[in-house]
Amino acid sequence: MKLVEHFTHGLTSPICLTWELTYACNLSCVHCLSSSGRRDPNELSTDEAKAVIDELQRMQVFYVNIGGGEPTVRSDFWELLDYAIAHDVGVKFSTNGVKLDKARAEQLAKTDYVDVQISLDGATAEVNDHVRGPGSYDTAIRAMENLYEAGFGQFKISVVVTRQNVDQLDDFKAIADRYGAQLRITRLRPSGRGADTWDELHPTQPQQKQLYDWLVARGEDVLTGDSFFHLSAYGQELPGLNLCGAGRVVCLIDPVGDVYACPFAIHDQFLAGNVRSEGGFRTVWQDSELFAELRGPQSGGACTKCSHYDACQGGCMAAKFFTGLPLDGPDPECVLGNGETELAKLEMDTIVPKPSLDHSHRTTPQRKDGPVPLTLSVRRPDKACDSDPLAGEGRRLPAGVRVN
Amino acid sequence: MTAAPVGTAEAAPTGAFDPAAPYRLAESVSLRPESFGALVYDFHTRRLSFLKTKPLVRVVEALAHHDDVHGALTAAEVPDDQRDQYLRALAGLAQAGTIQPR
Repeated sequence: MKLVEHFTHGLTSPICLTWELTYACNLSCVHCLSSSGRRDPNELSTDEAKAVIDELQRMQVFYVNIGGGEPTVRSDFWELLDYAIAHDVGVKFSTNGVKLDKARAEQLAKTDYVDVQISLDGATAEVNDHVRGPGSYDTAIRAMENLYEAGFGQFKISVVVTRQNVDQLDDFKAIADRYGAQLRITRLRPSGRGADTWDELHPTQPQQKQLYDWLVARGEDVLTGDSFFHLSAYGQELPGLNLCGAGRVVCLIDPVGDVYACPFAIHDQFLAGNVRSEGGFRTVWQDSELFAELRGPQSGGACTKCSHYDACQGGCMAAKFFTGLPLDGPDPECVLGNGETELAKLEMDTIVPKPSLDHSHRTTPQRKDGPVPLTLSVRRPDKACDSDPLAGEGRRLPAGVRVN
Repeated sequence: MTAAPVGTAEAAPTGAFDPAAPYRLAESVSLRPESFGALVYDFHTRRLSFLKTKPLVRVVEALAHHDDVHGALTAAEVPDDQRDQYLRALAGLAQAGTIQPR
């Protein structure tokens, strides 16, 4: 069996674990994949977070990607960082830079096993602040200057590629070079608030080709988080595993300890369990029904008949889900345009799944035509007054029960 | 800080791989058992790699307990006709800094 096939069946522990420490954030980025803003009162305590780190050490999860929200606004962030490093769990944390003053930069430069990733979504303030909010470009650049001056070494600059910044890839690279940083570019997903801004922000079809060509020509030292594997269908495979790692090698622990199949899939349908439950994270990772299902054979639907299926594997589960496409259908950004065709076929009354959680700042201007923030029950009663205990079960009656 | 200073004992890639010498897993490297073999993580370089078979994992783990690489191959019951193949794999691991002389 090839190595990558082993990955599709899942590993004993995740390789790439994202842990969002808080939903609190000083910014309100319009594409925030976790709809962050306000702290959740049920957030893991310091002791609970340390217990998770202990578990990760036992499971030999060698490093975690810490994010949020803005993780550094947690008052115990630096304590948890030190605790993780002392327990053989390396940390890469994503930040908008708000807390990275000169003193913190110097502290980080003296710390082993920590990597810092500064988010930047425009190579100019104009493009960046349109997405991340006023002043966020200056904050990020100041943090980069501080890390550079402190001699931190090679930190990361993390860019979500959008319709507005795809022409700036060379400029991002130049910024990275200026600060001795490494550029990381990832795919925009219609997750969290990204669902509301997807239509405006996601790269057009010609831009996707442009991005692919750039990755092939200039992408050698550029990290991608393996997130553009759907573009492999253009021709040569891009570096990386070229598979959806959700629940197989990837998962997310959210601030309240819920474990989701991937950071872009914060929805009940992809919720595997909670680290607070008996058995903790290990039991969720190894025994959850959802993850077992994701590690089993996947149906590629009509896509399996496509000659590019081996390259793109049907694309990103979250991107399909949050645009209302079936999970065995094409990716909304399918390079052959099949996704766009399917999207156009969706009926006006198709219910596109919404993220299960929303911690957006209440002061964020709401779209007037936006959805009413209600949590709808997944299964509605067949009839308003239905009281039959078998209602809604459809044909899935217990064996031996005959329906006349 | 990205790259911590590497101790003198870990200046492994200098000099060729010598199967007559004693080796061990590098100090900064951890192995995690997996169904196919093991995940290899180097805490200094932050490089993730793989040992793609279980017998290779057994050999790498045996290195520290033997006076030379040949002893580790014997202990891990590597068949004679596969020894060259294993030595090549180990040479690659030595070059990558996954194993180091001791």
